[in-house]
Amino acid sequence: MSTAKANLEILPRSIQVTLGLGLIALIVFPLVGSEFYTQMVTRMMILAIFAMSLDLLQGVTGLVSLGHAAYFGLAGYALAFLTPQDAAVSLWWTLPLAVMGSGIAALVIGFFVVRTHGIYFIMVTMAFAQMVFFLFFDNKLLGGSDGLYINFKPQAGFFDLDDKRVFYFFTLLCMVVVYVFLRRLLWSPFGRALSGIRLNEHRMRAMGFGTFNYKLAAFTLAGALAGLAGYLWGAIGGFVNPELMGFHMSAHVIMMVILGGMGNFAGALVGAFAFEYLLHAFKDLPKIGTFDLGKHWQLTMGLFIVMVILFAPRGLLGLLGQLFAKRPRVAEEPKHGDK
Amino acid sequence: MDFPTFLIQLLNSFQYGLLLFMLAAGLTLVFGIMGVVNLAHGSFYMLGAYLAWSLTSATGSLALAIVLGIVLAVLFGLALEWLLFRHFYERDHLDQVLLTFGLIYIFEEVRSIVWGDDVHGVAVPEMLGSSIQLTHNLSYPVYRLFMSGVCIVLAIGLYWLIAKTRLGMKIRAGAFNRPMAEALGVNIKLIHAVVFALGVALASVAGMIAAPIASVYPNMGAQVLIMCFVVVVIGGIGSVRGALIAALLVGLVDTFGKVLLPSISGMLVYILMAAVLLWKPEGLFKS
Repeated sequence: MSTAKANLEILPRSIQVTLGLGLIALIVFPLVGSEFYTQMVTRMMILAIFAMSLDLLQGVTGLVSLGHAAYFGLAGYALAFLTPQDAAVSLWWTLPLAVMGSGIAALVIGFFVVRTHGIYFIMVTMAFAQMVFFLFFDNKLLGGSDGLYINFKPQAGFFDLDDKRVFYFFTLLCMVVVYVFLRRLLWSPFGRALSGIRLNEHRMRAMGFGTFNYKLAAFTLAGALAGLAGYLWGAIGGFVNPELMGFHMSAHVIMMVILGGMGNFAGALVGAFAFEYLLHAFKDLPKIGTFDLGKHWQLTMGLFIVMVILFAPRGLLGLLGQLFAKRPRVAEEPKHGDK
Repeated sequence: MDFPTFLIQLLNSFQYGLLLFMLAAGLTLVFGIMGVVNLAHGSFYMLGAYLAWSLTSATGSLALAIVLGIVLAVLFGLALEWLLFRHFYERDHLDQVLLTFGLIYIFEEVRSIVWGDDVHGVAVPEMLGSSIQLTHNLSYPVYRLFMSGVCIVLAIGLYWLIAKTRLGMKIRAGAFNRPMAEALGVNIKLIHAVVFALGVALASVAGMIAAPIASVYPNMGAQVLIMCFVVVVIGGIGSVRGALIAALLVGLVDTFGKVLLPSISGMLVYILMAAVLLWKPEGLFKS
C-alpha cells in the first residue's frame, strides 16, 4: 500500500548538500543558542531517531505500525526501573539493556503481528501497543497513570550528561550514527530484501526469501532503535509516563515520517524536525485582533498538514527535491489507483 | 455478583455496545465501500455531543435538538465529502491517515473557538428522567434504556436500508463492483456522498444521545475512535453485521472486565482483538 510513495532512495545532490548544511548548523547551534533551545533541539533529535526507526518499517518494508511508541516508552521505563532513588547508574550497561529490552519486546510482539497484512497490521500493532499502555497505566507497581521519576541522569564516566550541551552532542552523535547505519542498511542485501518485500512480498517469497524472518528482523531492529530514542527521552526529561507509549505518540511519529517523506530516512529526519519546530512556532504565533492564534495552534497545524497532503503528497523532502530539480522528472511509476 | 447487579452490568454493556455500533457502523461502511481510513470519525461523535448541548440550551428540548442536529450533521457530512474526502478515495491509506489526522486538529480547535474548552452537561429530558427500581438500593435509569432503544431502532433501520431498499442495493452494488455498477447507470459519486453523510449522521446521533450521560468535553472523540477501530477490525472491515456483533462483544468484555478483573480491564479489549485477529486474520465477518 505504500509502494508508490517510497522514493528518493538515492538522495539527489541538492538534498545531500542540504543535509550537510543542516549537520553543520546542528554542530554550531549549542555554541550560540541558549540552554533552553539547546534542550529543545536535543528533544527534536531524539524524535528524529524515533522517526527513522519507524521509517525502517513504514517506508522501507511497507509495514505501517500504529504502535511503535510502545518500544519507545518501554526503554524509557527500563531506565526508570534501573535508576535507584538516590544514585545514578552507568550509561554503559543501562543503555544496551534498555535497547535490548525494547528489541526483545518487539521480537515477541512482532512474532504475532508480522503475519498480518495491510490495514490489519496497522490495527494489530495498535492493539498490542494499547495493551502495553494499559499494563503500565493500570498497575501502581509499574508507576500507574502518573508515571515514574528518574532522579539522576545516567553516568557516562568521562563525559557528564548533566551538562545540557554534552547531552546535546551525545544525542547528535547517536542520531548521526543511526542515520548512517540505516542508510548503509538500506543498500545492504538485507535492506534490498526489505524493499523487495514492500514492493511485492509474493514475488520475494517465490524467489526463496523467508519473508517472515526478514519482516520480524526489521520489526525487532526498529523496536530496538525506538528504544534508543526512548532511553534518551527518559534521561533528558527525568520522567516517564504511559503517554510515551500511547496512541498519540504512535500517531505523531507516523505523521513525522509521512510529513518528511518515506523510505529514505532523510525524510523521517526532516519530518521530525519540521513537525516539532512547527509545533513550537505555531504555539508562538501572535494575537490577531482579539483572536489568539498561538492558543489555537491546532488550527494552524491542522491546516498545514492538510495543505501538505493536498499539495506535496511526497512529503517535504519530495518537495525540496522538486524545487531543486533541474528538469521535470519523467513519470517513473504508474499513478496509484490506476487499474 | 448477585442477580440485580449482574442485570445492571448486562444492560450497561448492551447499551455501551449499541452506542459503539452506531459509531462503528459509519466507519466500517466508509472504510469498506470507499476504502477510506477516517481517523476523524471520533470528531463527528464530539460534534454531535456539542450540537446536542448548544441546541438544547437554545431550543430547550433535547428531541428538537437531535432533529436539528441530524440535519446539520448530514449537511456537514455532505460538504466535507464534496470538499475533501471525495478526492482521497483512490489515494494511499497513509495519505488518508495524514489528512484525517490534520482534520482532527482542525475540528478540535474549531470546537474550542466556537464552544470553548469547558466541560458541559446536558440534562436528561424529564420524561425519561426516572429510574426503574430493581431492589431497594439498586435501580436502572430509564434514559439508558431509551438510548438502547434508539440504537436498536436505528440498527434495524440501517439493516432495512442496506438490505431491502433500492438505495441499499446500489450501495452494495457499488461496494461489490464499482465499474460494473457505474456501467449500469448507478451514480456512484452520489452513493458515496450519501454513505459518507450517513456515517457522519450516525456518529453524531451517537454523540447526541450519549451527551446526557457522558457529559460534553474536549477531545471526547479520541478515546471512542480507538474503540471504533477495534470494533470495525474485529467485525471485519465493511461488514455492518460484523460491527454489531463485535460492538456487543466489546461492550460485554469491557463492562464485565471492569467489574471482574479491574487490574487488567484496560487491556482486555485489546487482548480480545489480538486473539480474534490471530484466529481470523480478517475479522469475524469478512465482507
